Amino acid sequence: MFKQNQGVTSSPKSRLLGFATLLGLVTLFVFAFFLTDPDVRLHPTTGEEIGQFDAVRLLYLHVPMAIIGPYLAPLVGAVASVGYLIKRTPWWDVTANAAIEVGTIFCGLVLVQGSIWGRPVWNTWWEWGDVRIMTTLILFLMLLGYLALRRIVADEHKQARRSAIVALVAAINLPIINRSVEWWESRTLHQKSTLSELKIEDLTFFTLMMGIVVFLMLFTWLVLHRFRLGWLEKESLEQEALTAIAERRAEATTNEEETS
Amino acid sequence: MTHLGYLIAGWGITLIVILSYITSVFRRARSVASRVPSGRQRWMTSSESEIRD
Repeated sequence: MFKQNQGVTSSPKSRLLGFATLLGLVTLFVFAFFLTDPDVRLHPTTGEEIGQFDAVRLLYLHVPMAIIGPYLAPLVGAVASVGYLIKRTPWWDVTANAAIEVGTIFCGLVLVQGSIWGRPVWNTWWEWGDVRIMTTLILFLMLLGYLALRRIVADEHKQARRSAIVALVAAINLPIINRSVEWWESRTLHQKSTLSELKIEDLTFFTLMMGIVVFLMLFTWLVLHRFRLGWLEKESLEQEALTAIAERRAEATTNEEETS
Repeated sequence: MTHLGYLIAGWGITLIVILSYITSVFRRARSVASRVPSGRQRWMTSSESEIRD
């Protein structure tokens, strides 16, 4: 049934990408749980074991998804929205919707994973005063607003235009999320950039990089399928409109014949 | 292994949510596709799709 369902929006290339993504996820799981070591260090003065221990294995999900959900996906959505506002063609609108819908799921998962990771490492599920968590939460709510807007506005063009504007407003938040740990250094539990300064070990770094590649593939595959669903929905609406027009014409012709 | 519950929760929730989303997209697509003529499904032009159709 799963394969049969997949057939509607899939093509040979998307199936290949899907298979490669699945393989990548399995490999990432093996690296994250069996090949990398837990984060254990010795305290310089007391000699006591400190670190994240096995909770670090959550970061192989959290970091890659945090790059895509709150950054890449809204960025793709914003670029496609600009494309729509300039070109006014449905391709851009459907692309923006696909990227933002998948991005919203990734963004929500990033907040949940962060909360689960934060409990053993920071000793808290949630920190209202943390600027990175708060700015990401605001973005998540804005993305939810975007999706809600797409359901309540009836006119197709109005919906696309208003959604595009909301996507652009949400994108303002992206540099704020990124720079928040620098601008409000004392108001966050998050550390500054770890990847760019290479503060981590080789295999851990490799696994994180692999996670980023695998989740990029997953994101691409999901957006591709969501785009095709969006396109089908658009075609379906057009088909419904054409059918309704044809029915009205047939009705009018029948009425004319009856009158004459 | 330490923090096993957190690991199961983090990885488990992620996988369940993503799998549910994939299933939802496929189901919605299948439902909508039945209302759209195959000629309007423009990526369905591969030889494999033609054979299946």
